[in-house]
Amino acid sequence: MLTALCLVLAALAVLVLPAALGLAVVLRAGCSAAMAGLAALSVAALLWPSFAVLALPFGPPWAAALLALDPLSAWFTLLLGLTGCFAALLIVPAPRAELVGFPLFLLGMALALTAADGFTLLLGFEAMSLASWAMLHDRRAARLYLIFAVFGGGCLMAALGLLSAGSGSLGFAALRAAPPEGWTAVAVLLLVLPGVAAKAGLAPLHLWLPLAHPAAPGHVSALMSAVMVKVALYVLLRLIFDICGPAQASWWGVPLLLAGAASALLGALRANMEVDSKAILACSTIENVGLIAVGLGLALMFRGADMAVPAALAMSGALLHVLTHGLFKCLLFLGVAVAQAQAGSRRVDGLGGLLHNMPVLGWTMLVGALSAAAIPPLAGFASEWLLLQALLGAWRTGDALSQFAARPARALVAGGVARGAAAMLRLWGLVFLGRPRSPRVAGAEDAGRAALILPAALCLLLGLFPAVGLGLLHPVLAQWLGPEAVVPASLFGLTAGDAGASYLVLPAAFLLVAFAVALGRTGRGHATAPAWDCGFLAPPPHLPFGDPATQPSGPGFAQPIARMLGRPLLAAREAVAAPGPGSMAPALHEARAADPTWRALAALRRARHSITLQADRLRGLSIRHALGLIFATLVLLLAVLAGLERP
Amino acid sequence: MISALAGFLAQLLHVALVVVLAPLLVGFVRLVKARLMGRRGPPITQPWRDIRKLLRKRPVVAAGATAITTTAPHLACAASLLAAALVPGFAHGMSLAPLADLLLLAGLLATARVALALAGMDAGTAFGGMGAARALSFAAFAEPVLLLCILVLAMIAGTTNLDVMLVSLRDGGVGLRVSLALAAVALVAVALVENGRMPADNPATHLELTMVHEAMLLEASGRHLALWEMAAALQLLVWLALLSALFLPWGVAPADGGPVAWLWGLATWLAKLGALAFALAVFESAVAKLRVFRVPEFLGAALLLAALAVALLFVSTGLA
Repeated sequence: MLTALCLVLAALAVLVLPAALGLAVVLRAGCSAAMAGLAALSVAALLWPSFAVLALPFGPPWAAALLALDPLSAWFTLLLGLTGCFAALLIVPAPRAELVGFPLFLLGMALALTAADGFTLLLGFEAMSLASWAMLHDRRAARLYLIFAVFGGGCLMAALGLLSAGSGSLGFAALRAAPPEGWTAVAVLLLVLPGVAAKAGLAPLHLWLPLAHPAAPGHVSALMSAVMVKVALYVLLRLIFDICGPAQASWWGVPLLLAGAASALLGALRANMEVDSKAILACSTIENVGLIAVGLGLALMFRGADMAVPAALAMSGALLHVLTHGLFKCLLFLGVAVAQAQAGSRRVDGLGGLLHNMPVLGWTMLVGALSAAAIPPLAGFASEWLLLQALLGAWRTGDALSQFAARPARALVAGGVARGAAAMLRLWGLVFLGRPRSPRVAGAEDAGRAALILPAALCLLLGLFPAVGLGLLHPVLAQWLGPEAVVPASLFGLTAGDAGASYLVLPAAFLLVAFAVALGRTGRGHATAPAWDCGFLAPPPHLPFGDPATQPSGPGFAQPIARMLGRPLLAAREAVAAPGPGSMAPALHEARAADPTWRALAALRRARHSITLQADRLRGLSIRHALGLIFATLVLLLAVLAGLERP
Repeated sequence: MISALAGFLAQLLHVALVVVLAPLLVGFVRLVKARLMGRRGPPITQPWRDIRKLLRKRPVVAAGATAITTTAPHLACAASLLAAALVPGFAHGMSLAPLADLLLLAGLLATARVALALAGMDAGTAFGGMGAARALSFAAFAEPVLLLCILVLAMIAGTTNLDVMLVSLRDGGVGLRVSLALAAVALVAVALVENGRMPADNPATHLELTMVHEAMLLEASGRHLALWEMAAALQLLVWLALLSALFLPWGVAPADGGPVAWLWGLATWLAKLGALAFALAVFESAVAKLRVFRVPEFLGAALLLAALAVALLFVSTGLA
């Protein structure tokens, strides 16, 4: 199996050649084939778990690079393989730098996910960051993205250094044998959390996501949102859940829980205010990563309290959501890319009525949007049901600190889920319903069918048969919790714990469809007439799609929530500029909102500026003062060294 | 075997009952409100007559509308009907009892809401989109309250299954609890908002600017409108039945209890629904409609009550 994995990785490396020659067709076929192979390989690795480690014949000077495909890695490579395959189908001829970046991006993610030592992990992680950075179009977004990536990578490097201090080796097996204890463990946690949060887009380190994801080409932003942020979560799972061992206190889950709940609400709220459809999807990614982080935090809390069953529930909810979110977010990003290519815009205010002439895109996107909105019986509801059940069971831990954290988390998560659903409906409704907002939109035609239908079908199937997904997940739980880990699934759906709470998908879906079909027998056929629109006058002939001012716009649809929740949380402001009587100038309504973390970033920038000014004053010192400063530094360093050397 | 058959029969009877009862309940509320205002009011069967009349009429669909307009009413009505079939009425332990999860119930009601919002946006008209935006914004405030209420009930009953919850609230010696009362008040607030009732939305308004629920139905006609009316009536029934099952769980017959127990259960259920509908009508006549942007304050108060209920429950069970 590991040989096949090496073949996939080698194939990705070789695919850089046709990319450098600009052969988009070869790249498309090669990448989709390699990724399909990776997905098949991952399913095999989940069905027949193996913990074998392969030492590559090269690596850093001190050891060989190690690869492994244990169940935890295989679950994430399954996501990478599936979404990578769908995204690669939409590769279009582009500048060479962009084409070369794509296989390198895939290679970096695959390497980070299958690494069995710290060096290879970081190598893959940084390759992933750099390759995706190279593919961004917008310089400002790229710089911000790079700052966050460097910060995250630095934190992870320091954490791995601390971890390896005990055993002197970077191999995961050696690290696992000597888990950190005492203050080292806390330091590792405090380094890994910001490192991961910066890459996964957890609040308050989420600023780059809504800027960077729209700046990448469609298929790349699909992978950035569906897989790259999950790779960061994989690193969290690997370093904290796996290597740090089971002997950690239950408060370890609390920061994750709180950051996740805050991200869920903030991301969902921002998704309601954006007008660029890719930015909407990127904000929704912040929300979903928050939900996954809530699940992971709960899993840590339950394990710390020695409660294996709820820990398995929270963990399987989080990991199932990793897969479902990856699938529907990949589908939605690819759909937006198709819409942009065919209809010429990705602003919700530039589209409209696309369901008429792009039915495949519209209906597949509806599956994705309803999955994201957690509507039963689609995929998103199954995983969010598990997460909410875990959150509802959090009171059983009985630990005062976690209770304190879980209480606001519940309200934040529920608000986030409802707001996220509203954001997805707003996106789909404004883009696909109503009247076209430009002539080009009215003439657009369907394209890229395979890349849309396949993930939509998977969303449907995973929603109807979540037990199959959880069955594949079982070895991951067994790897983490030991053999007594039980998967919260039953014959027809999902179960939570011992108290008989269950979500029986198949009967519910069957009854829903049966009722709808029975109601359809009340009659057929309908007449068509111009929209009544409360008696609004018919539009003049020069407006073939009706008066655009009478159709809801993106900011208009966001207005209620912006006024209700945006004012306190996002500093949302509205200004109306009405011209005076007799003036022919148009009235303007402007709505603005700002993320609260921008203010923190601005404060950091001011602090850096003032430090620079202070340091600049050192240049004006006389030679006497300069020499004295050097001498004082020397003495201080010697004193520190003496203190450290003392037995 | 006998009990499975009895459960199945009870379930069939329950589904038939909710379909018949839902429009009657709406008619009853309208009648009581009219009487309180000093009018004679339409007969209680008027909603059924309207639905029958509308069902015979061919719908007129707006020119730019898509298949959403023609499928959404069926989906919304089916989801509401399934939700109504899951909430125990005159009997508990019916065939679909294992399905009756509170989170699934919330999901089904969300499905109906989503279908309505999409139908409202379909024709691309101003008021439909405005109503959808408002309805979805209200939901964002209602869901956290609902989840905290579910938490209170799940902590007392140990599960989120509605049927098990009903039995354990009735027989488990739960007694009178302050937290349960607080959760009941919070859940009533959610029910009012979710059903487009008075302080949040006026079901009898004719002014489009103040509409929420009705604004999304402005383009619906004929058969489709009948299905939308039916879905709304079923949702009102779901919420009233839910409140009575959770907070007035007495007198509910076991599904295999035989016809006499069923009759007694039916009588108490009708009495409870009638009392709740009467209270709703009195409340609606007594309060004024809030401005749209004041509704979050109303639901915020409900959220505080629910959070207080959770905190009290922690203190009283000594968990914190």
